[in-house]
Amino acid sequence: MDDKPDGRNDNPASVGRRDLMIGATLATAPFAKAATAQVTATQEGMTGRTEVSLTVNGEAKRLSLDPRASLLDTLREELALTGAKKGCDHGQCGACTVHLDGRRIASCLTLAVQADGCAVTTIEGVSPEDGSLHPMQQAFIDHDALQCGYCTPGQIMAAIACVREGHVGNADEIREYMSGNLCRCGAYAGILAAIQDAASKMRAG
Amino acid sequence: MRPFTYARAGDEAAAIRAVSSGGRGTRFLAGGTTLYDLMKLGAEAPERLVDISALPGLASFDTAGPRELVFGAGARMSDVAADSRLVAEYPALSESLWKAASQQLRNMASLGGNLLQRTRCAYFRGGEPFACNKRTPGSGCAAREGIDRGHAVLGGSEACIATYPGDWAVALVAFDAVVDVAGPNGARTIPLQALHREPGTTPEVETSLARDEMILRIRVPATPLGRASTYHKIRDRESYAFALASAAVALWMEGDVVREARIALGGLATRPWRAQEAEAGLVGRPLTLEAARAAGEAALRNARPGHHNAFRIELGTRTVAEALLIAQRRA
Repeated sequence: MDDKPDGRNDNPASVGRRDLMIGATLATAPFAKAATAQVTATQEGMTGRTEVSLTVNGEAKRLSLDPRASLLDTLREELALTGAKKGCDHGQCGACTVHLDGRRIASCLTLAVQADGCAVTTIEGVSPEDGSLHPMQQAFIDHDALQCGYCTPGQIMAAIACVREGHVGNADEIREYMSGNLCRCGAYAGILAAIQDAASKMRAG
Repeated sequence: MRPFTYARAGDEAAAIRAVSSGGRGTRFLAGGTTLYDLMKLGAEAPERLVDISALPGLASFDTAGPRELVFGAGARMSDVAADSRLVAEYPALSESLWKAASQQLRNMASLGGNLLQRTRCAYFRGGEPFACNKRTPGSGCAAREGIDRGHAVLGGSEACIATYPGDWAVALVAFDAVVDVAGPNGARTIPLQALHREPGTTPEVETSLARDEMILRIRVPATPLGRASTYHKIRDRESYAFALASAAVALWMEGDVVREARIALGGLATRPWRAQEAEAGLVGRPLTLEAARAAGEAALRNARPGHHNAFRIELGTRTVAEALLIAQRRA
Protein backbone atom coordinates (compact mmCIF):
# COMPACT_ATOMS: atom_id res chain seq x y z
CA MET A 1 0.00 0.00 0.00
CA ASP A 2 2.77 2.40 0.88
CA ASP A 3 4.11 3.92 -2.31
CA LYS A 4 6.94 6.24 -1.40
CA PRO A 5 8.63 8.20 -4.14
CA ASP A 6 11.43 6.19 -5.64
CA GLY A 7 14.84 7.31 -6.83
CA ARG A 8 13.70 8.13 -10.34
CA ASN A 9 11.65 11.06 -9.25
CA ASP A 10 13.83 12.40 -6.50
CA ASN A 11 15.05 15.39 -8.45
CA PRO A 12 12.14 17.52 -9.60
CA ALA A 13 14.58 19.92 -11.25
CA SER A 14 15.68 17.36 -13.82
CA VAL A 15 13.98 17.06 -17.18
CA GLY A 16 10.64 15.44 -16.40
CA ARG A 17 8.55 13.07 -18.41
CA ARG A 18 6.15 15.88 -19.15
CA ASP A 19 8.83 17.96 -20.86
CA LEU A 20 9.68 15.00 -23.03
CA MET A 21 6.03 14.52 -23.87
CA ILE A 22 5.70 18.15 -24.92
CA GLY A 23 8.71 17.69 -27.18
CA ALA A 24 7.17 14.60 -28.71
CA THR A 25 3.90 16.39 -29.32
CA LEU A 26 5.67 19.14 -31.19
CA ALA A 27 7.73 16.76 -33.25
CA THR A 28 4.68 14.90 -34.46
CA ALA A 29 2.55 17.97 -35.19
CA PRO A 30 1.60 17.82 -38.88
CA PHE A 31 3.02 21.24 -39.62
CA ALA A 32 6.16 20.89 -37.54
CA LYS A 33 8.52 20.37 -40.46
CA ALA A 34 7.27 23.18 -42.63
CA ALA A 35 7.25 25.88 -40.01
CA THR A 36 9.41 24.79 -37.13
CA ALA A 37 10.41 28.30 -36.16
CA GLN A 38 6.84 29.52 -36.16
CA VAL A 39 5.61 26.58 -34.10
CA THR A 40 8.36 27.08 -31.57
CA ALA A 41 7.50 30.74 -31.26
CA THR A 42 3.85 29.90 -30.81
CA GLN A 43 4.72 27.29 -28.27
CA GLU A 44 6.74 29.73 -26.21
CA GLY A 45 4.25 32.51 -26.63
CA MET A 46 1.26 30.46 -25.69
CA THR A 47 2.46 28.17 -22.99
CA GLY A 48 4.77 30.63 -21.31
CA ARG A 49 5.11 29.03 -17.94
CA THR A 50 2.91 30.25 -15.17
CA GLU A 51 4.14 30.74 -11.61
CA VAL A 52 2.09 28.78 -9.11
CA SER A 53 2.28 28.73 -5.32
CA LEU A 54 0.92 25.72 -3.49
CA THR A 55 1.06 24.53 0.08
CA VAL A 56 1.50 20.79 -0.22
CA ASN A 57 1.19 18.73 2.93
CA GLY A 58 2.06 21.83 4.92
CA GLU A 59 5.11 22.83 2.87
CA ALA A 60 5.12 25.94 0.69
CA LYS A 61 6.05 25.18 -2.93
CA ARG A 62 6.69 27.60 -5.75
CA LEU A 63 6.52 26.10 -9.22
CA SER A 64 6.80 27.27 -12.79
CA LEU A 65 4.24 25.25 -14.72
CA ASP A 66 2.91 24.68 -18.20
CA PRO A 67 -0.73 25.79 -17.91
CA ARG A 68 -1.81 22.42 -19.31
CA ALA A 69 -0.44 20.48 -16.33
CA SER A 70 -2.98 18.80 -14.11
CA LEU A 71 -2.59 19.00 -10.36
CA LEU A 72 -2.10 15.23 -10.43
CA ASP A 73 0.82 15.36 -12.86
CA THR A 74 2.30 18.25 -10.93
CA LEU A 75 2.19 16.33 -7.65
CA ARG A 76 3.61 13.19 -9.19
CA GLU A 77 6.19 14.55 -11.60
CA GLU A 78 7.24 17.94 -10.23
CA LEU A 79 6.97 17.15 -6.51
CA ALA A 80 7.64 13.38 -6.58
CA LEU A 81 4.49 12.69 -4.58
CA THR A 82 3.38 9.55 -6.35
CA GLY A 83 0.75 8.46 -3.83
CA ALA A 84 -2.11 9.95 -5.83
CA LYS A 85 -2.57 7.65 -8.82
CA LYS A 86 -3.49 8.19 -12.42
CA GLY A 87 -6.22 5.70 -13.22
CA CYS A 88 -8.47 7.12 -15.93
CA ASP A 89 -7.20 10.75 -16.09
CA HIS A 90 -10.83 11.79 -16.74
CA GLY A 91 -12.38 12.08 -13.28
CA GLN A 92 -14.14 8.73 -13.55
CA CYS A 93 -12.21 6.49 -11.16
CA GLY A 94 -11.18 8.52 -8.08
CA ALA A 95 -7.62 7.14 -7.88
CA CYS A 96 -6.27 10.71 -8.05
CA THR A 97 -8.34 12.02 -5.11
CA VAL A 98 -6.58 14.63 -2.96
CA HIS A 99 -7.86 17.40 -0.69
CA LEU A 100 -7.80 20.97 -1.96
CA ASP A 101 -8.35 23.45 0.86
CA GLY A 102 -9.79 20.57 2.86
CA ARG A 103 -12.24 19.32 0.22
CA ARG A 104 -11.79 16.15 -1.80
CA ILE A 105 -11.34 16.72 -5.52
CA ALA A 106 -10.19 14.83 -8.60
CA SER A 107 -6.66 16.11 -9.12
CA CYS A 108 -6.58 14.80 -12.71
CA LEU A 109 -9.35 17.23 -13.72
CA THR A 110 -7.88 20.15 -11.81
CA LEU A 111 -5.54 22.44 -13.69
CA ALA A 112 -2.57 23.05 -11.39
CA VAL A 113 -2.69 26.75 -12.23
CA GLN A 114 -6.23 26.90 -10.88
CA ALA A 115 -4.97 25.63 -7.53
CA ASP A 116 -2.64 28.61 -7.15
CA GLY A 117 -2.70 29.79 -3.53
CA CYS A 118 -4.43 26.64 -2.27
CA ALA A 119 -3.48 24.00 0.27
CA VAL A 120 -3.17 20.47 -1.06
CA THR A 121 -3.17 17.36 1.11
CA THR A 122 -2.14 14.06 -0.42
CA ILE A 123 -1.97 10.56 1.05
CA GLU A 124 1.65 11.33 1.96
CA GLY A 125 0.38 14.07 4.29
CA VAL A 126 -2.31 12.37 6.33
CA SER A 127 -0.29 10.43 8.90
CA PRO A 128 0.98 12.05 12.12
CA GLU A 129 4.63 13.03 12.42
CA ASP A 130 5.34 10.29 14.95
CA GLY A 131 5.24 7.78 12.09
CA SER A 132 1.99 6.11 13.09
CA LEU A 133 -0.81 5.73 10.59
CA HIS A 134 -3.95 7.78 10.19
CA PRO A 135 -6.92 5.85 11.63
CA MET A 136 -8.29 5.42 8.11
CA GLN A 137 -5.01 3.93 6.88
CA GLN A 138 -4.93 1.55 9.83
CA ALA A 139 -8.56 0.57 9.26
CA PHE A 140 -7.87 -0.27 5.61
CA ILE A 141 -5.16 -2.67 6.79
CA ASP A 142 -7.29 -4.13 9.60
CA HIS A 143 -10.25 -4.78 7.28
CA ASP A 144 -8.36 -6.05 4.25
CA ALA A 145 -9.77 -3.14 2.27
CA LEU A 146 -7.50 -3.61 -0.71
CA GLN A 147 -6.02 -6.18 -2.99
CA CYS A 148 -3.77 -4.65 -5.66
CA GLY A 149 -3.72 -1.32 -3.81
CA TYR A 150 -3.73 0.99 -6.82
CA CYS A 151 -7.01 2.70 -5.89
CA THR A 152 -6.18 2.75 -2.16
CA PRO A 153 -4.62 6.22 -1.77
CA GLY A 154 -7.64 7.72 -3.53
CA GLN A 155 -10.03 5.59 -1.49
CA ILE A 156 -8.43 6.70 1.76
CA MET A 157 -8.41 10.38 0.81
CA ALA A 158 -12.07 10.14 -0.22
CA ALA A 159 -12.93 8.18 2.91
CA ILE A 160 -11.33 10.73 5.27
CA ALA A 161 -13.30 13.48 3.55
CA CYS A 162 -16.45 11.38 3.67
CA VAL A 163 -16.17 11.13 7.46
CA ARG A 164 -15.43 14.84 7.87
CA GLU A 165 -18.42 15.75 5.67
CA GLY A 166 -20.66 13.66 7.89
CA HIS A 167 -21.70 11.24 5.14
CA VAL A 168 -21.15 8.08 7.15
CA GLY A 169 -24.57 7.80 8.80
CA ASN A 170 -25.22 4.30 7.50
CA ALA A 171 -23.86 1.81 4.98
CA ASP A 172 -25.99 3.12 2.11
CA GLU A 173 -24.85 6.67 2.68
CA ILE A 174 -21.21 5.59 2.73
CA ARG A 175 -21.68 3.65 -0.50
CA GLU A 176 -23.35 6.66 -2.13
CA TYR A 177 -20.66 9.11 -1.05
CA MET A 178 -17.80 6.76 -1.92
CA SER A 179 -19.18 5.90 -5.37
CA GLY A 180 -16.64 8.15 -7.06
CA ASN A 181 -13.85 5.73 -6.15
CA LEU A 182 -13.77 2.53 -8.16
CA CYS A 183 -11.98 -0.62 -7.01
CA ARG A 184 -11.56 -3.07 -9.83
CA CYS A 185 -10.40 -5.76 -7.39
CA GLY A 186 -13.80 -5.43 -5.75
CA ALA A 187 -12.64 -4.81 -2.19
CA TYR A 188 -15.77 -2.80 -1.48
CA ALA A 189 -16.94 -4.88 1.47
CA GLY A 190 -13.63 -4.29 3.27
CA ILE A 191 -13.60 -0.62 2.30
CA LEU A 192 -17.08 -0.14 3.78
CA ALA A 193 -16.08 -1.90 7.00
CA ALA A 194 -12.88 0.13 7.23
CA ILE A 195 -14.72 3.42 6.88
CA GLN A 196 -17.30 2.47 9.52
CA ASP A 197 -14.49 1.49 11.88
CA ALA A 198 -12.33 4.55 11.22
CA ALA A 199 -15.31 6.91 11.43
CA SER A 200 -15.89 6.08 15.07
CA LYS A 201 -12.17 6.37 15.85
CA MET A 202 -11.87 9.70 14.02
CA ARG A 203 -14.85 11.06 15.95
CA ALA A 204 -13.41 9.78 19.23
CA GLY A 205 -9.93 11.09 18.46
CA MET B 1 -3.39 18.95 -25.73
CA ARG B 2 -3.18 22.21 -27.63
CA PRO B 3 -1.23 24.87 -25.76
CA PHE B 4 -3.24 27.68 -24.23
CA THR B 5 -2.71 30.73 -22.11
CA TYR B 6 -4.33 31.00 -18.73
CA ALA B 7 -5.48 34.09 -16.88
CA ARG B 8 -7.48 34.51 -13.71
CA ALA B 9 -10.18 37.17 -13.96
CA GLY B 10 -10.43 39.82 -11.24
CA ASP B 11 -14.16 40.36 -11.56
CA GLU B 12 -17.11 39.55 -13.83
CA ALA B 13 -16.67 42.59 -16.08
CA ALA B 14 -12.98 41.87 -16.61
CA ALA B 15 -13.74 38.25 -17.43
CA ILE B 16 -16.31 39.21 -20.04
CA ARG B 17 -13.96 41.79 -21.56
CA ALA B 18 -11.14 39.26 -21.76
CA VAL B 19 -13.29 36.58 -23.40
CA SER B 20 -14.97 39.05 -25.75
CA SER B 21 -11.75 40.69 -26.95
CA GLY B 22 -9.78 37.44 -26.98
CA GLY B 23 -11.47 36.12 -30.10
CA ARG B 24 -12.99 32.79 -30.99
CA GLY B 25 -10.46 30.64 -29.17
CA THR B 26 -11.04 32.29 -25.81
CA ARG B 27 -13.27 30.59 -23.29
CA PHE B 28 -14.49 30.94 -19.74
CA LEU B 29 -13.12 28.33 -17.35
CA ALA B 30 -15.06 27.50 -14.19
CA GLY B 31 -14.70 24.15 -12.38
CA GLY B 32 -13.13 22.63 -15.48
CA THR B 33 -14.68 19.21 -15.02
CA THR B 34 -16.14 19.29 -18.53
CA LEU B 35 -13.83 21.64 -20.39
CA TYR B 36 -10.49 20.23 -19.21
CA ASP B 37 -11.79 16.69 -19.70
CA LEU B 38 -12.75 17.47 -23.31
CA MET B 39 -9.46 19.27 -23.91
CA LYS B 40 -7.67 16.04 -23.00
CA LEU B 41 -9.81 14.30 -25.63
CA GLY B 42 -9.20 16.95 -28.27
CA ALA B 43 -12.93 17.70 -28.43
CA GLU B 44 -12.21 21.19 -27.09
CA ALA B 45 -9.08 23.14 -28.01
CA PRO B 46 -9.23 26.66 -26.60
CA GLU B 47 -6.31 29.03 -27.11
CA ARG B 48 -7.00 31.15 -24.07
CA LEU B 49 -8.77 30.33 -20.81
CA VAL B 50 -10.18 32.99 -18.54
CA ASP B 51 -10.64 31.51 -15.09
CA ILE B 52 -13.83 32.63 -13.34
CA SER B 53 -13.82 29.90 -10.70
CA ALA B 54 -12.54 32.14 -7.90
CA LEU B 55 -14.83 35.14 -8.46
CA PRO B 56 -16.34 35.80 -5.02
CA GLY B 57 -19.49 37.45 -6.36
CA LEU B 58 -20.59 34.29 -8.15
CA ALA B 59 -20.22 31.81 -5.31
CA SER B 60 -23.13 32.63 -3.04
CA PHE B 61 -26.66 31.29 -3.08
CA ASP B 62 -29.83 32.10 -1.16
CA THR B 63 -32.65 29.60 -0.79
CA ALA B 64 -34.53 31.52 1.91
CA GLY B 65 -36.09 34.33 -0.10
CA PRO B 66 -39.90 34.53 -0.10
CA ARG B 67 -40.19 35.10 -3.86
CA GLU B 68 -37.33 33.25 -5.45
CA LEU B 69 -34.29 31.07 -4.87
CA VAL B 70 -31.08 32.61 -6.19
CA PHE B 71 -28.04 30.52 -7.06
CA GLY B 72 -24.75 32.16 -8.01
CA ALA B 73 -23.34 30.48 -11.11
CA GLY B 74 -20.07 29.80 -9.32
CA ALA B 75 -21.61 28.00 -6.33
CA ARG B 76 -20.36 24.44 -6.07
CA MET B 77 -22.76 21.56 -6.66
CA SER B 78 -21.89 19.86 -3.36
CA ASP B 79 -22.57 22.97 -1.27
CA VAL B 80 -25.94 23.61 -2.87
CA ALA B 81 -27.00 19.95 -2.76
CA ALA B 82 -26.46 19.94 1.02
CA ASP B 83 -28.43 23.13 1.70
CA SER B 84 -30.93 22.12 4.38
CA ARG B 85 -33.74 24.33 3.09
CA LEU B 86 -33.32 22.95 -0.42
CA VAL B 87 -33.34 19.38 0.90
CA ALA B 88 -36.60 20.02 2.81
CA GLU B 89 -38.47 22.42 0.53
CA TYR B 90 -37.22 21.56 -2.96
CA PRO B 91 -35.98 17.96 -2.79
CA ALA B 92 -35.97 17.61 -6.59
CA LEU B 93 -33.38 20.39 -6.87
CA SER B 94 -31.16 18.89 -4.17
CA GLU B 95 -31.49 15.36 -5.56
CA SER B 96 -30.66 16.47 -9.08
CA LEU B 97 -27.34 17.72 -7.70
CA TRP B 98 -26.30 14.96 -5.33
CA LYS B 99 -27.35 12.20 -7.73
CA ALA B 100 -24.96 13.65 -10.31
CA ALA B 101 -21.26 12.84 -10.60
CA SER B 102 -19.22 12.05 -7.47
CA GLN B 103 -18.57 14.14 -4.38
CA GLN B 104 -15.08 14.93 -5.73
CA LEU B 105 -16.53 16.35 -8.94
CA ARG B 106 -19.40 18.08 -7.12
CA ASN B 107 -16.80 19.86 -4.97
CA MET B 108 -15.24 21.21 -8.17
CA ALA B 109 -18.12 21.76 -10.58
CA SER B 110 -20.08 25.01 -10.59
CA LEU B 111 -23.83 25.36 -11.05
CA GLY B 112 -23.42 27.48 -14.17
CA GLY B 113 -20.86 25.17 -15.71
CA ASN B 114 -23.04 22.20 -14.96
CA LEU B 115 -25.79 23.66 -17.14
CA LEU B 116 -23.32 23.76 -20.03
CA GLN B 117 -22.03 20.22 -19.55
CA ARG B 118 -21.60 18.62 -22.96
CA THR B 119 -22.88 15.29 -24.14
CA ARG B 120 -21.33 11.96 -23.17
CA CYS B 121 -21.86 10.53 -26.69
CA ALA B 122 -18.86 8.25 -27.17
CA TYR B 123 -18.51 9.27 -30.82
CA PHE B 124 -18.34 12.93 -29.84
CA ARG B 125 -15.82 12.22 -27.08
CA GLY B 126 -13.78 9.79 -29.15
CA GLY B 127 -13.63 11.69 -32.44
CA GLU B 128 -11.70 10.19 -35.33
CA PRO B 129 -12.22 7.78 -36.96
CA PHE B 130 -15.88 8.28 -36.05
CA ALA B 131 -17.99 10.98 -37.64
CA CYS B 132 -19.57 13.56 -35.37
CA ASN B 133 -21.41 16.65 -36.55
CA LYS B 134 -21.10 18.22 -33.14
CA ARG B 135 -17.34 17.79 -33.10
CA THR B 136 -16.68 18.39 -36.79
CA PRO B 137 -19.73 19.99 -38.43
CA GLY B 138 -20.69 18.28 -41.68
CA SER B 139 -18.78 15.07 -40.93
CA GLY B 140 -21.87 12.96 -40.23
CA CYS B 141 -23.23 11.12 -37.21
CA ALA B 142 -21.70 7.75 -36.36
CA ALA B 143 -24.29 7.17 -33.63
CA ARG B 144 -27.19 6.94 -36.05
CA GLU B 145 -25.81 3.70 -37.46
CA GLY B 146 -23.71 2.80 -34.46
CA ILE B 147 -24.25 1.94 -30.81
CA ASP B 148 -27.07 4.25 -29.78
CA ARG B 149 -28.08 2.61 -26.50
CA GLY B 150 -27.56 5.84 -24.55
CA HIS B 151 -28.70 8.23 -27.24
CA ALA B 152 -31.75 10.44 -27.31
CA VAL B 153 -35.22 9.18 -28.15
CA LEU B 154 -36.63 12.72 -28.03
CA GLY B 155 -35.47 15.83 -29.88
CA GLY B 156 -32.94 14.18 -32.18
CA SER B 157 -32.32 15.09 -35.80
CA GLU B 158 -30.69 13.53 -38.84
CA ALA B 159 -27.50 15.34 -37.82
CA CYS B 160 -27.35 14.40 -34.12
CA ILE B 161 -28.99 12.24 -31.48
CA ALA B 162 -26.59 13.03 -28.62
CA THR B 163 -28.25 13.05 -25.21
CA TYR B 164 -28.06 16.09 -22.96
CA PRO B 165 -26.41 14.46 -19.93
CA GLY B 166 -27.17 16.86 -17.08
CA ASP B 167 -29.60 16.52 -14.18
CA TRP B 168 -29.70 19.98 -12.57
CA ALA B 169 -30.98 21.66 -15.74
CA VAL B 170 -33.76 19.09 -15.97
CA ALA B 171 -34.95 19.87 -12.45
CA LEU B 172 -34.64 23.60 -13.12
CA VAL B 173 -36.74 23.37 -16.27
CA ALA B 174 -39.51 21.75 -14.23
CA PHE B 175 -39.44 24.72 -11.84
CA ASP B 176 -39.54 27.44 -14.55
CA ALA B 177 -36.06 28.70 -13.66
CA VAL B 178 -34.36 31.56 -15.46
CA VAL B 179 -30.69 32.38 -15.93
CA ASP B 180 -29.22 35.87 -15.74
CA VAL B 181 -26.37 36.24 -18.19
CA ALA B 182 -24.05 39.12 -19.03
CA GLY B 183 -22.02 39.86 -22.12
CA PRO B 184 -20.18 42.80 -23.70
CA ASN B 185 -23.50 44.36 -24.71
CA GLY B 186 -25.08 44.08 -21.29
CA ALA B 187 -27.20 41.70 -19.28
CA ARG B 188 -30.27 39.67 -20.16
CA THR B 189 -32.43 36.99 -18.63
CA ILE B 190 -33.17 33.72 -20.43
CA PRO B 191 -35.77 31.16 -19.37
CA LEU B 192 -33.89 27.92 -18.73
CA GLN B 193 -36.30 26.34 -21.19
CA ALA B 194 -34.72 28.52 -23.90
CA LEU B 195 -31.07 28.01 -22.89
CA HIS B 196 -30.50 24.65 -24.56
CA ARG B 197 -31.24 24.02 -28.24
CA GLU B 198 -32.29 20.94 -30.11
CA PRO B 199 -29.56 19.90 -32.54
CA GLY B 200 -31.47 20.40 -35.81
CA THR B 201 -28.97 20.92 -38.61
CA THR B 202 -26.42 22.66 -36.34
CA PRO B 203 -25.69 20.32 -33.43
CA GLU B 204 -22.45 22.16 -32.69
CA VAL B 205 -24.59 25.09 -31.43
CA GLU B 206 -25.85 23.78 -28.11
CA THR B 207 -27.16 26.83 -26.29
CA SER B 208 -28.56 30.28 -26.95
CA LEU B 209 -25.54 31.86 -25.22
CA ALA B 210 -22.99 33.83 -27.20
CA ARG B 211 -19.39 32.70 -26.68
CA ASP B 212 -18.66 35.79 -24.60
CA GLU B 213 -21.79 35.66 -22.50
CA MET B 214 -21.39 34.47 -18.95
CA ILE B 215 -24.00 32.94 -16.68
CA LEU B 216 -24.15 35.04 -13.51
CA ARG B 217 -26.93 33.36 -11.58
CA ILE B 218 -29.87 31.01 -11.77
CA ARG B 219 -33.20 32.05 -10.28
CA VAL B 220 -36.08 29.77 -9.37
CA PRO B 221 -39.52 31.20 -8.50
CA ALA B 222 -40.56 30.13 -5.00
CA THR B 223 -43.47 27.72 -5.34
CA PRO B 224 -45.65 25.45 -3.22
CA LEU B 225 -44.78 22.73 -5.76
CA GLY B 226 -41.31 22.41 -4.28
CA ARG B 227 -41.98 20.17 -1.34
CA ALA B 228 -43.81 17.38 -3.18
CA SER B 229 -41.06 16.96 -5.72
CA THR B 230 -38.41 14.45 -6.67
CA TYR B 231 -35.62 13.89 -9.14
CA HIS B 232 -35.88 10.22 -9.96
CA LYS B 233 -32.79 8.94 -11.78
CA ILE B 234 -32.48 5.45 -13.25
CA ARG B 235 -28.97 4.28 -14.12
CA ASP B 236 -26.99 1.20 -15.11
CA ARG B 237 -25.50 1.33 -11.62
CA GLU B 238 -27.06 2.76 -8.50
CA SER B 239 -24.70 5.71 -8.15
CA TYR B 240 -22.16 7.74 -10.11
CA ALA B 241 -23.56 7.15 -13.58
CA PHE B 242 -25.43 9.17 -16.15
CA ALA B 243 -29.18 8.70 -16.42
CA LEU B 244 -30.66 6.08 -18.70
CA ALA B 245 -33.87 7.87 -17.88
CA SER B 246 -34.75 10.45 -15.28
CA ALA B 247 -37.73 12.53 -14.32
CA ALA B 248 -38.00 15.75 -12.36
CA VAL B 249 -41.51 15.87 -10.99
CA ALA B 250 -43.32 18.35 -8.75
CA LEU B 251 -46.90 18.31 -7.54
CA TRP B 252 -49.37 20.66 -5.92
CA MET B 253 -52.11 18.48 -4.48
CA GLU B 254 -55.49 19.49 -3.10
CA GLY B 255 -56.48 16.41 -1.17
CA ASP B 256 -56.25 13.57 -3.65
CA VAL B 257 -56.61 15.83 -6.66
CA VAL B 258 -53.71 17.30 -8.66
CA ARG B 259 -53.95 21.08 -8.78
CA GLU B 260 -50.72 21.55 -10.70
CA ALA B 261 -47.99 19.21 -11.95
CA ARG B 262 -44.55 19.65 -13.43
CA ILE B 263 -42.70 16.96 -15.35
CA ALA B 264 -39.31 17.17 -17.06
CA LEU B 265 -37.29 14.34 -18.55
CA GLY B 266 -33.54 13.77 -18.38
CA GLY B 267 -31.26 11.28 -20.08
CA LEU B 268 -33.77 10.72 -22.87
CA ALA B 269 -33.60 13.85 -24.97
CA THR B 270 -31.16 16.12 -26.75
CA ARG B 271 -31.94 18.87 -24.25
CA PRO B 272 -33.70 19.20 -20.88
CA TRP B 273 -37.20 18.13 -21.84
CA ARG B 274 -40.34 19.59 -20.31
CA ALA B 275 -43.42 17.38 -20.79
CA GLN B 276 -46.28 19.86 -20.58
CA GLU B 277 -48.85 17.68 -22.30
CA ALA B 278 -48.28 15.02 -19.66
CA GLU B 279 -48.62 17.66 -16.92
CA ALA B 280 -51.93 18.93 -18.29
CA GLY B 281 -53.41 15.44 -18.37
CA LEU B 282 -52.97 15.11 -14.60
CA VAL B 283 -54.61 18.36 -13.51
CA GLY B 284 -57.99 18.19 -11.79
CA ARG B 285 -57.91 14.42 -11.34
CA PRO B 286 -56.90 12.05 -8.57
CA LEU B 287 -53.32 10.79 -8.94
CA THR B 288 -53.86 7.06 -9.29
CA LEU B 289 -51.40 4.43 -10.50
CA GLU B 290 -53.22 4.47 -13.84
CA ALA B 291 -53.06 8.26 -14.09
CA ALA B 292 -49.33 8.22 -13.32
CA ARG B 293 -48.75 5.59 -16.00
CA ALA B 294 -50.80 7.59 -18.51
CA ALA B 295 -48.69 10.67 -17.75
CA GLY B 296 -45.55 8.67 -18.42
CA GLU B 297 -46.95 7.50 -21.73
CA ALA B 298 -47.90 11.04 -22.68
CA ALA B 299 -44.41 12.28 -21.83
CA LEU B 300 -42.81 9.72 -24.15
CA ARG B 301 -45.52 9.75 -26.86
CA ASN B 302 -43.33 11.38 -29.48
CA ALA B 303 -40.24 9.31 -28.68
CA ARG B 304 -38.48 7.63 -31.59
CA PRO B 305 -36.30 4.59 -30.99
CA GLY B 306 -33.03 3.93 -32.76
CA HIS B 307 -31.30 0.55 -32.96
CA HIS B 308 -30.48 -0.18 -29.31
CA ASN B 309 -32.42 2.31 -27.22
CA ALA B 310 -36.09 1.37 -27.63
CA PHE B 311 -36.12 -0.04 -24.08
CA ARG B 312 -35.59 3.47 -22.75
CA ILE B 313 -39.02 4.57 -23.99
CA GLU B 314 -40.71 2.10 -21.64
CA LEU B 315 -38.09 2.84 -18.98
CA GLY B 316 -38.80 6.56 -19.28
CA THR B 317 -42.54 5.95 -19.09
CA ARG B 318 -42.14 4.00 -15.86
CA THR B 319 -39.64 6.50 -14.47
CA VAL B 320 -42.17 9.32 -14.84
CA ALA B 321 -44.93 7.22 -13.29
CA GLU B 322 -42.77 6.18 -10.35
CA ALA B 323 -41.53 9.73 -9.82
CA LEU B 324 -45.12 11.00 -9.65
CA LEU B 325 -45.93 8.47 -6.93
CA ILE B 326 -42.78 9.39 -4.97
CA ALA B 327 -43.70 13.07 -5.19
CA GLN B 328 -47.29 12.33 -4.15
CA ARG B 329 -46.05 10.69 -0.94
CA ARG B 330 -44.23 13.93 -0.09
CA ALA B 331 -47.35 16.08 -0.52
